[in-house]
Amino acid sequence: MHKHLLWAVVGALSLVGVTLAERMNVQVQEGQVRATPSFLGTVVAKLAYGASVEAQPDQNGWTQVQTAAGQQGWMSTASLTMKKITMTAGAGGASGASSDELALAGKGFNSDVEKEFKKQNPNVNFATVDRMTKIKIAPQEMQTFLADGSVKPSTGGAK
Amino acid sequence: MKVQLCIVGLALGLAGCTTVTKIGTTIGQATGTLTAQQADSINRSAEAVEKTFKDITPEQEYYIGRSVAATILTSYKPYENEAATHYLNVLGQTLALASSKPETYGGYHFIIMDTSEINAFSAPGGFVMVSRGLIRCCRTEDALAAVLAHEVGHVENQHGLKAIKGSRLTGALTILALEAGKSLGGQNLADVTKAFEGSISDVTSSLVNKGYSRDLEYQADASALKTLKRVGYNPAGLLDMLGQMKQRMPPGSAGFGKTHPDPQLRIEKATNALGTVTPLAEPAARQARFVHFLRAI
Repeated sequence: MHKHLLWAVVGALSLVGVTLAERMNVQVQEGQVRATPSFLGTVVAKLAYGASVEAQPDQNGWTQVQTAAGQQGWMSTASLTMKKITMTAGAGGASGASSDELALAGKGFNSDVEKEFKKQNPNVNFATVDRMTKIKIAPQEMQTFLADGSVKPSTGGAK
Repeated sequence: MKVQLCIVGLALGLAGCTTVTKIGTTIGQATGTLTAQQADSINRSAEAVEKTFKDITPEQEYYIGRSVAATILTSYKPYENEAATHYLNVLGQTLALASSKPETYGGYHFIIMDTSEINAFSAPGGFVMVSRGLIRCCRTEDALAAVLAHEVGHVENQHGLKAIKGSRLTGALTILALEAGKSLGGQNLADVTKAFEGSISDVTSSLVNKGYSRDLEYQADASALKTLKRVGYNPAGLLDMLGQMKQRMPPGSAGFGKTHPDPQLRIEKATNALGTVTPLAEPAARQARFVHFLRAI
């Protein structure tokens, strides 16, 4: 009797297409929530490193999400992790640590540590690295670049 | 006797053994030098540290990458040409978006190194540096795309982080254990910085002097072939570039001559992986913009 009931519940759930959302966390400096599952999609929200979202299963590298503020959209699955990223305030300031905990020093390897490293190595060329980080190409420019050069994927496509 | 046990426990704990660490913390609790909470913290740290590079968070990977790139760019000066750097980034960032890791903590960024040495480096997190000498081995945009996709392949497979010695991780265990047991204030930051400095040195040394293992180079080539196909570049560009590199690179030369497998071996491996090779046939507009770029190199 119980077995029949169980199968009935499973059947009913599958009929209505219930999928259970999972909590995932942003693992990039600036997580972008887009209206469509494409890097060309309009950005509808920006999330900070460590922010949590309710996530549906991955679909070809894209995950449908709902933010804590209730906004819905798509994020590149690569920008999300199942690991909980806790923001800890310690000697090194805010830093990410995986929930498996602490990893290679939960308080380490952040901007404060970089400052210490710079103090001890004043000749190291961070100026060029800072310049590099500012070079960000908009997806629309990439699209034009591919079209102008007749670069077309033979099968599938660039995500 | 208890003191001796603690010393033995600590010494073995530094070698990265969770069991011994647990024994050490148990003794610490028994002798009243550690509270239960501190002992638990040390044990959890020991377990985490033993997981190695895989547990380095994206933020930490980014900061390691920044310092590795800054160190390399101290020896290899950047080539100052805004238009050429922009073209390289449009191509590189487009390829990165099609890789299996389209986003990293701080994104992918590309720069040209002002040297005729045939060389390229990719620091953790997505800082890619390519020499003028290597770019000159490319006769088409498809070939240059192969170079950049190979470097992206190193980033997506986290090859740089794998170069960090296990002893650094054990060093981090020591810092965390000490920090949990006592309050060291600024000294803690200094110690973490020391572990950071050691990690930067491990990665930089691997990139510049030793090179990755052949298997990791082949893995980066395999990732590159997938990325090129996804975007729509002809993977034969990789074979063409390697052929040119073979001709231009004197035996025993610095850069790739020292740190990478023989180009011929890479050609054979990539040819086998591809099966059918379609000859390069560059559309006029694509070749024109590439030639324009190459003139500045």
